[in-house]
Amino acid sequence: MSEIQVTINGKELTSKAGQNILELALANDIEIPNLCYDPRLRPSGSCRLCVVEVQGQAEPVAACTFQIQPGMVVQTQTEEIRAIRKTVLELLFYEHRGSCTTCDENGDCKLQRYAYEYQLSDDVFEPPAGEGRRENYTTGNEALEYDLGKCIRCGRCIQICEEVQADSALTFKSRAASVEVSTAFDMPLNDSTCELCGQCISSCPTGALYERAAKGKGQCKDLVRTRTTCPYCGVGCQIDLNVNPKASEIVRVTSEVGCIPNNGNLCVKGRFGMDFIASDKRLTEPLIKRNGKFEKATWDEAITFIAERLKRTRSQFGADSIAGLSSAKCTNEDNYVFQKFIRACIGTNNVDHCARLCHASTVAGLARAFGSGAMTNSIDELKNAACIFVIGSNTTEAHPVIGLYIKKAVMKNGAELVVADPRAIDLTRFARLYIAQKPGTDVALINAMMNVIINEELHDKAFIKERTEDFEKLETILKDFTPEKAEGITTIPADKIRAAARLYANAKTASIVYSMGITQHTTGTDNVLSLANLAMLTGNVGAESTGVNPLRGQNNVQGACDLGALPNVYPGYQSVEDSQIQANFESAWGGKLSGRKGLTVVEMMHAIEEGKVKALYVMGENPALSDPNLNRTRRALEKVDFLVVQDIFLSETAEYADVVLPSVCFAEKDGTFTNTERRVQRVRKAVAPPGQARSDWKIICEVATKMAYPMSYEGADKIMGEIASVTPIYGGISFDRIDSVGLQWPCLDKGHPGTRFLHEGTFKRGKGKFHAVEFIEADELPDEDYPFVLTTGRQLYQFHTGTMTRKSPAINQVSPTGYVEIHPDDARRLEISSGENVEVITRRGRVTTPARVTSKIEKGWLFMPFHFRESPANMLTNDALDPTAKIPEYKVCAAAVNKTKQPK
Amino acid sequence: MDFGKEGSLSIEPLDKILASVPNAGFGDLIPILQKIQAAYGYLPPSVLMAASSRTGITASRIYGVATFYEQFHLEPHGRHTIKCCRGTACHVRGGRNIIRAISRTLGVEESETTEDMRFTFETVACLGTCFLAPVMMVNNDYYGHMTSNKVKDILERYS
Repeated sequence: MSEIQVTINGKELTSKAGQNILELALANDIEIPNLCYDPRLRPSGSCRLCVVEVQGQAEPVAACTFQIQPGMVVQTQTEEIRAIRKTVLELLFYEHRGSCTTCDENGDCKLQRYAYEYQLSDDVFEPPAGEGRRENYTTGNEALEYDLGKCIRCGRCIQICEEVQADSALTFKSRAASVEVSTAFDMPLNDSTCELCGQCISSCPTGALYERAAKGKGQCKDLVRTRTTCPYCGVGCQIDLNVNPKASEIVRVTSEVGCIPNNGNLCVKGRFGMDFIASDKRLTEPLIKRNGKFEKATWDEAITFIAERLKRTRSQFGADSIAGLSSAKCTNEDNYVFQKFIRACIGTNNVDHCARLCHASTVAGLARAFGSGAMTNSIDELKNAACIFVIGSNTTEAHPVIGLYIKKAVMKNGAELVVADPRAIDLTRFARLYIAQKPGTDVALINAMMNVIINEELHDKAFIKERTEDFEKLETILKDFTPEKAEGITTIPADKIRAAARLYANAKTASIVYSMGITQHTTGTDNVLSLANLAMLTGNVGAESTGVNPLRGQNNVQGACDLGALPNVYPGYQSVEDSQIQANFESAWGGKLSGRKGLTVVEMMHAIEEGKVKALYVMGENPALSDPNLNRTRRALEKVDFLVVQDIFLSETAEYADVVLPSVCFAEKDGTFTNTERRVQRVRKAVAPPGQARSDWKIICEVATKMAYPMSYEGADKIMGEIASVTPIYGGISFDRIDSVGLQWPCLDKGHPGTRFLHEGTFKRGKGKFHAVEFIEADELPDEDYPFVLTTGRQLYQFHTGTMTRKSPAINQVSPTGYVEIHPDDARRLEISSGENVEVITRRGRVTTPARVTSKIEKGWLFMPFHFRESPANMLTNDALDPTAKIPEYKVCAAAVNKTKQPK
Repeated sequence: MDFGKEGSLSIEPLDKILASVPNAGFGDLIPILQKIQAAYGYLPPSVLMAASSRTGITASRIYGVATFYEQFHLEPHGRHTIKCCRGTACHVRGGRNIIRAISRTLGVEESETTEDMRFTFETVACLGTCFLAPVMMVNNDYYGHMTSNKVKDILERYS
């Protein structure tokens, strides 16, 4: 990029081509007042406040829309310019009611700051003519509110909704003095295309748009901001918890433009889903169940009780009769301490967590093909990919901020998007090609794509020769896997399969993005291996914006895996069956370790049934709603002799517990989460925990110590120190180094800069390994009694089992309960109308829920979100397992639908 | 969103209009809206929503444009449009009396439509015919040197 010399206020500056005057000035700490500028948006020049003088120009120009030119001489603070700005400000106050004393934005409002700086006369603060706050598109909305009296019509809210979010919910309505912001036809916000991301609030330069719940809870000038990591999905957005220190209460969530990885963008969950923190349903005291009822207990009682029971179980039935579920919601430090407790104190490898249920097949599949089971690239690289192949990921709902990067790649950079999903998800709006595979037929689709690529000689022969092995085995099985054959299996027309193959193979840089639509199958590992095959076949791995990217579901599911909350590996994916590694950990942890692989999540439940597991310790997980085939899971939780649950709420699982321990949530503790792009990021304490709640790792340390395995740490940073010493991929991570920006593993030592993308030059395992993957049908197929294919998944507004999101009035307003999606033709045949309650039945259970009739799903297929306890989709799902990864088949089972008899 | 009785409006005229504008984009919006208004007499929101889903032009943008221009109406319009001038020249020659007389004769205020859908009554800033002041228009017909007495007779010519 060429450099341009410019003079601003007599100072020589170097600018990059394409920069405008405002960007250059701000980058050099030269103040130019601005209201309509947001670096995330196309400069609009609408507020006219950034006027500057440019030598040779007859009139002052708007700095935000004037491109830098060589030799330009700019003055930003002449008397004439300041006088113009003062007039502009006075005109803005014609529209803006001057009510700073009662405005929440007080202290963080640019308009207020400039009014002071330019010393506007007092009479501009008179209320403007016309009405004040009145009914508008936000009236009655629980999430946000629009105050016309404070709106300066800069259009940032409209722009961010269109340019960044691509929702286009907002518009300017009417003209001249009666212009205001509204939705199409003034429809209520939740009826419009709005996704409640609240990006409009984040961009609003005044207090015209604000979180309804924050109103009156504290003015910006009095709030303290704590930077931390969002506790919802695996994107790992950096958020600022704005706390009113007088009330010790979180007032709102903001994010700073420019931060990594989300650049100030958040989704509905991050912005409006934090009510759970201050919920009065939080656990505040330890509880012990006596005669079927929970009774309050002291910490001492509870810890002693647990230690005694666990010791007794171990001496009676052996260490392998105890199992622990760690948590992808907890910090790296919590997870490390938990698995160490299970392994070194209890003496078993029976430790697992919900990664088993989402990406176990990724870890297994990518480790075999590449040597490392994580996202190969960084989130930021997606925006420069020439082709993005999204398969089995409803990105804009499950990972909304990554969805923004994909939209940006398409809208701004012209990327070709190919979407393969049984449902016409929102991303299809941006797709060059959308193909709907029948649930459970991904291998057939990918094999056929590879058949086309080889037949049309689109494969990267040099890459295959130099970087991979076993290509011949793959080639052999692909020979007769034609698109026509795949059409019969997947229902996708053969020509579309060809088109998808060509789009992907011909792109200069191509990224695969996938999630649980790929992994949650009995063929999950096969699906992942197939995607790895596809990437290696075309040489699309090991370079920037080019790779295989599994999007991790939970905030810290990556970290929980990295730190060994898995039954077969110690921290850093070091095998428990390797005696040398075992010896290393024995000396580091000072105790005898088991060399036998432990049980996985669903296997633990089955082992309880068989009487092999007698005690279960659950930290922050909710298998009673998240596991497949809930009736069976709940019977196991009922049956197990001793159940300890450590949680922030009395979850569905906790109700089965013998002891419940109150733990602190992310906003009340220090630590780290590792996001989906392998970035280790800080979690910081912003508010005090409720009642006697304690950090998970502290509780575990106390139980271990009581069981004669002393564990104690001064703080989370010290735990990270120990993690770094035993986990090579985290070797260079410390709290100091990730204070402002997180580091991506592998980060081998203190001097290592972290790793943006994996497998450059050579794969982790040496050569990339092709696997010949044959297509295998799903475990349970539709038949006469159960004629539908039921698939399950997430929706935008809720998260996982809803224990956190369902405490938010804003979210509950827009997403009050579950539903089942059904195609209009099927609905007509069964005489089902939208909103009507229906019964969904499988071999494992039945659930009543409202129908949502939509052509977004194909005929013969059904979809249910799994967040809702009143209509738990997992009553229905199949607990058949992938033989390698032991992940259950959440995504396919056979189901029937019945109209329920309506009470007349 | 529920558009009440409008839901029963035929989409056929819209489909014909859109068929005449292949690959319609944002740049074609104003002519499309003009044609819709010509076909339906106004811009029914349910028809605009259908236009949005068929063209991919977002509903919010359509609404923004439809509310920006004076020429577009989102409410049913009378069969005849009265435009009475309230410009300076008309004003000094008693334009306000004409406005009052129309209002009294039809029983509606400015910007309203008579119940029988016969007239929509609007006032405008200037009709550019100050030499005829005070002046009013009904559809495309000019009526100059108006007096209050003439109003009733003139309006009766429009059924």
